[in-house]
Amino acid sequence: MKPINEVTSVLTPLDRSNVDTDQIISKEFLKRIERTGFGKYLFYHWRFDAEGNKRDGFVLNDPRFDGSEILVARENFGCGSSREHAPWAILDYGFRVVISPSYADIFYNNCMKNGILPIRLPEEEVEELLAKGKAEPVSLAVNLAEQTVTQPDGTVHRFDIDPYWKEMLLNGWDEIALTFKYEDQITKYEEVMQRA
Amino acid sequence: MAKTIIDKIWDRHIVVGEPGKPDLLYIDLHLLHEVTSPQAFEGLRLNGRKVRRPDLCFATMDHNVPTVNRKVIKDPIARKQIRTLAENCEEFGVPLADVDHPDQGIVHVIGPELGLTQPGKTIVCGDSHTSTHGAFGALAFGIGTSEVEHVLSTQTLWQSRPKTLEIRIDGEIAPGVAAKDIILAIIAKFGTDMGTGHIVEYTGEAIRKLSMEERMTICNMSIEAGARAGLISPDETTVEYLRGRKYAPQGEAFEKAAEDWLSLASDEGAEYDKSVSIHSDEIEPFITWGTNPGMGDGISGHVPYASDFENELERDSFLRAIEYMGLEEGQKFTDIEIQHVFIGSCTNARLSDLREAARVIEGKKVRDGVRAIVVPGSRTVKKQAEEQGLDKVFTEAGFEWRESGCSMCLAMNDDVVPAGERCASTSNRNFEGRQGTGARTHLMSPAMAAAAAVNGRFTDVREEFAVHA
Repeated sequence: MKPINEVTSVLTPLDRSNVDTDQIISKEFLKRIERTGFGKYLFYHWRFDAEGNKRDGFVLNDPRFDGSEILVARENFGCGSSREHAPWAILDYGFRVVISPSYADIFYNNCMKNGILPIRLPEEEVEELLAKGKAEPVSLAVNLAEQTVTQPDGTVHRFDIDPYWKEMLLNGWDEIALTFKYEDQITKYEEVMQRA
Repeated sequence: MAKTIIDKIWDRHIVVGEPGKPDLLYIDLHLLHEVTSPQAFEGLRLNGRKVRRPDLCFATMDHNVPTVNRKVIKDPIARKQIRTLAENCEEFGVPLADVDHPDQGIVHVIGPELGLTQPGKTIVCGDSHTSTHGAFGALAFGIGTSEVEHVLSTQTLWQSRPKTLEIRIDGEIAPGVAAKDIILAIIAKFGTDMGTGHIVEYTGEAIRKLSMEERMTICNMSIEAGARAGLISPDETTVEYLRGRKYAPQGEAFEKAAEDWLSLASDEGAEYDKSVSIHSDEIEPFITWGTNPGMGDGISGHVPYASDFENELERDSFLRAIEYMGLEEGQKFTDIEIQHVFIGSCTNARLSDLREAARVIEGKKVRDGVRAIVVPGSRTVKKQAEEQGLDKVFTEAGFEWRESGCSMCLAMNDDVVPAGERCASTSNRNFEGRQGTGARTHLMSPAMAAAAAVNGRFTDVREEFAVHA
């Protein structure tokens, strides 16, 4: 996967809580057997009406946020299904960073495996970013190594991330290749458990 | 020191445990289906890797399969996905129950049915309802496709030890109240993210009295409360369910295994990071009215009023939900009319579920204007139901009797609810568009869905149908 460290971009304010993976990528688009090409289906039924016309008022249809790489939403983002098509769609659309007070566990893991940085910030800080980002386009500077999100006025938000995942994201490592280094231990475990 | 079953299973499966890192956990059973596996197999091919333990994998086709004519998959992309799974299983030596195989069914129905699911196992699948298998006292959770590839290659996963959450159900469950009502009541009371970062253990006398199939319904929806896994300590009910199953140990080996399984139950006095409880008095037949599984209430209730929500954000979510659902504030549940009934899914499509629904509709008719379908959870369930004559009960009442699969739970195949129409569904998610673009889903038990089919509106199954008399 692609390494990630610094991302500077206007934020896209998605002012909704409990955004589920069925909304992120609807089931009719899950039949592809590739990992790519899902971006055009991201939030499909919120972006387009039954005739395929853009819906006014949905934030992804607002040209001020074109090219944004940072998505900001309310709590429990990515709840529901385990479909990795959800982070694939987010990444393919162009987002590299998501900011929310909380994430569903499977979705959070799926982001990490695809080079998407899911940042947890306290609810009031997300509230502030949403309010400012809705009023006018706001550019954020995200730095994974420093674990910071910086606003244009210099306000800094610090976030926590598991050191294991931080290293994986910074380096863009293939986790499976790393696990193969433990092949002897896996084989030994299998031998011991069979005897047990 | 007293330990929970969660810690006991976790400790047994640590291959590598280094400070400051997640544990490398060994995976005992990997279930696969056609939708979340193709990219994982492709990853193996691109990197020249093989499946480490095909003998610990089991695959089937469930999400996309037609439930009417098995031979014709009209959608060419769905057809390709199904064919791709068969080819991948062939190439990598993974056992497969394909569309025509007698063991085919929804992956979370066939695992237990075949005895693949056993207490103490770590079980994963690229599907969030893998939590179902926790009913056996297994540590079972859903994973993404990258993790599917990781397990195929290494039979392990890096996992940080989650927190433990006890959900205790106090008191006796009243007659006419189903397992589905218990879990819907729990989610409505505590919210859809109460379990995030946790593994749940369900405890209490009420749980001990449930059958395995009822326990599966409860553990299945743990993910709807935010928990990746939810489990129940094994007991004699668990052991007796597994005795004689196709892939369970046989003879003396079974007795030895059973002894080990029972020793996994949480110790008296084991501590959890968090404990909550619900009293059975709070639980009546339940339905959801909104667009997430936490938006629900007892059937005797009504759609909330906006003024019930003090928090502005919650009020906005409520208003958006009832607009999508086409409901009015304060509307009585029993006044809401439906056009569709779906009895099926990994939550409620086992033999006992079909039996409960059949008891309600026996000798009655599906209301004019209502389309009702029954989709058995597996080919085995279908066969057993037919041996008991349940198919006749359903078809004589006006239900369609289908082939097994996920079907209208997520509407990836042709079983779709049209926009603006309302469905009484025994499935697990009522998200916007879940059963079809613009479709309106209400979750409930099989008996409640059957009662709605007869009356054409939501009905308290205890009042008009003396099902537990």
